[in-house]
Amino acid sequence: MKHLWLTALTDVIESLRARWFMTYTAIFGGIVVLLFVFGLTESRIMGFTGLTRILVTYLQLTMAILPLFVLITTVRSVAGDREAGVFEYLLSLPVGLAAWYWGKVIGRFTVIFLPVFLAMTAALVWGMARGADVPWHIYGYYTVFLFGLSWCFLGIGMLISSMARTADVAQGAAFVVWLALVLFLDLVLLGVMIREQLPAETAVAIALVNPLQVFRTATMMLFDPQLVLLGPTAFVILDNFGETGYLLWASIYPLLLGTTCAGVGYLLFRRGDLP
Amino acid sequence: MITINGLSKRFRRTEVLRGVELKINRGERIALIGANGAGKTTLIRCLLGEYTHDGSISVVGMNPRLEREQVLAHVGFVPQLPPPLKMPVSQLMRFAADLCGSDVDSMRTVAARLGLDTDRIARQPFVKLSGGQKQKLLISVALGRNADLLILDEPAANLDPEARHNLFQLLAERQEHAVMLISSHRLDEVAALVNRVVEMDQGTITLDDRVADAVDMASALQCEIRLSRDEPAFAKAIADWGFVADGLSWQGRVAAPDRLRFLGILSRYAGILSAIEMRENAQ
Repeated sequence: MKHLWLTALTDVIESLRARWFMTYTAIFGGIVVLLFVFGLTESRIMGFTGLTRILVTYLQLTMAILPLFVLITTVRSVAGDREAGVFEYLLSLPVGLAAWYWGKVIGRFTVIFLPVFLAMTAALVWGMARGADVPWHIYGYYTVFLFGLSWCFLGIGMLISSMARTADVAQGAAFVVWLALVLFLDLVLLGVMIREQLPAETAVAIALVNPLQVFRTATMMLFDPQLVLLGPTAFVILDNFGETGYLLWASIYPLLLGTTCAGVGYLLFRRGDLP
Repeated sequence: MITINGLSKRFRRTEVLRGVELKINRGERIALIGANGAGKTTLIRCLLGEYTHDGSISVVGMNPRLEREQVLAHVGFVPQLPPPLKMPVSQLMRFAADLCGSDVDSMRTVAARLGLDTDRIARQPFVKLSGGQKQKLLISVALGRNADLLILDEPAANLDPEARHNLFQLLAERQEHAVMLISSHRLDEVAALVNRVVEMDQGTITLDDRVADAVDMASALQCEIRLSRDEPAFAKAIADWGFVADGLSWQGRVAAPDRLRFLGILSRYAGILSAIEMRENAQ
């Protein structure tokens, strides 16, 4: 266990000094600042005001940025480290492969989740200081969803890193995965598929296995429990899951998917050439 | 200590190692030489348990792939190219010491002997150090622990003559109880450090020979070179070895294991040399 935490700590320190981390933190911190600067707490859209409005907007922006950022930076740094000889040296030290790999996952997760979470929390604290009502249950759910989304895409990133031998291939693969998920996120695309005689259940199933869509639907459900915004798809979701069931699915599924991907990545990493 | 049987390694269609057989006993210091692409680095990575392979490798009776932590606890490794680590020097030393069950002070001591002040560079990212500083630090990490198998890939490539001499002394202190595998493109770089030479070419061992073990690794040669005329290029080259001029005469000290390399440098200026004197002084 000691080696696992040592590796995690080392990865955190390496990341804190990396340029991507500066950009990443600046983006999420900047989003929160901009939302306040543009007075979103005072705006009223579809009945949502104050901090709820801020959180909803923040989560929607996060969904657009976080997955791509996590995928690209993870595969670039992991596969890049391998190419540059970092693995050759650090793996010549007496550290177990499990401690090394999972330590890296934990360290990387810390640096991708904390800035996003802290930016959201900072928005909350700022709002509280200005006397706004705090939607605690939404904040709690959003924390869980952000945790799941970060973990899920980190797991996918680690799997791609284990499979690809070069940073360029890994980056290309990461982009294709992200693009595929975004394509299936598009309800218009799902609509076209349904129009082309694809059974509605299949379209909904695609949406249910797409972690981006799951995240999006769950965040929507918190302020629109009947999923009016989602249209007919909502009937299938609500009939099969119910509101609580779906929120549970949205909390657990990304974690399972991320863990499975990271686990498969570990098996490939352990089985193949390390540097 | 190390037994390699039928070791083969293939990257897609390219066979990099072809049935390598090698047995290395305690007390042996081996120069692993060969041109680029000969398979030296691949062999080293197999020994470190980093590559999958056909055939078998046993290091201190264990499989480095399956029992990597136990095997690597015996190994001190210096890579040819320093890794681009962003972590500060102090963090790297602490990380390595914690993993190896060693202590940072012994690494600092080795670094000091190589002329590297680790306190001064403690906060600097490793990647920002000069080539020589990186090399000295990696050597310090490898030698500042209780390793009895030293795998050194071009360890002296970026070192100045003084640091090279100190490195040779450090290696001399370990020669009785440690196995050393020193990889290099050129035999003259490492010839005096070793008592066995293994040459590789296209994935096979083409030469495996014992060499005379007469050079005391810790000793040095007091040298005086006299020139027939002044030559700026010679002055620059010899100054890099720490020599000082007295008219057309140059005096300095060369580490004994470096004598072949030093004579190689002198041979470039053979036309202007009028006298060479080298006297061995044990340290």
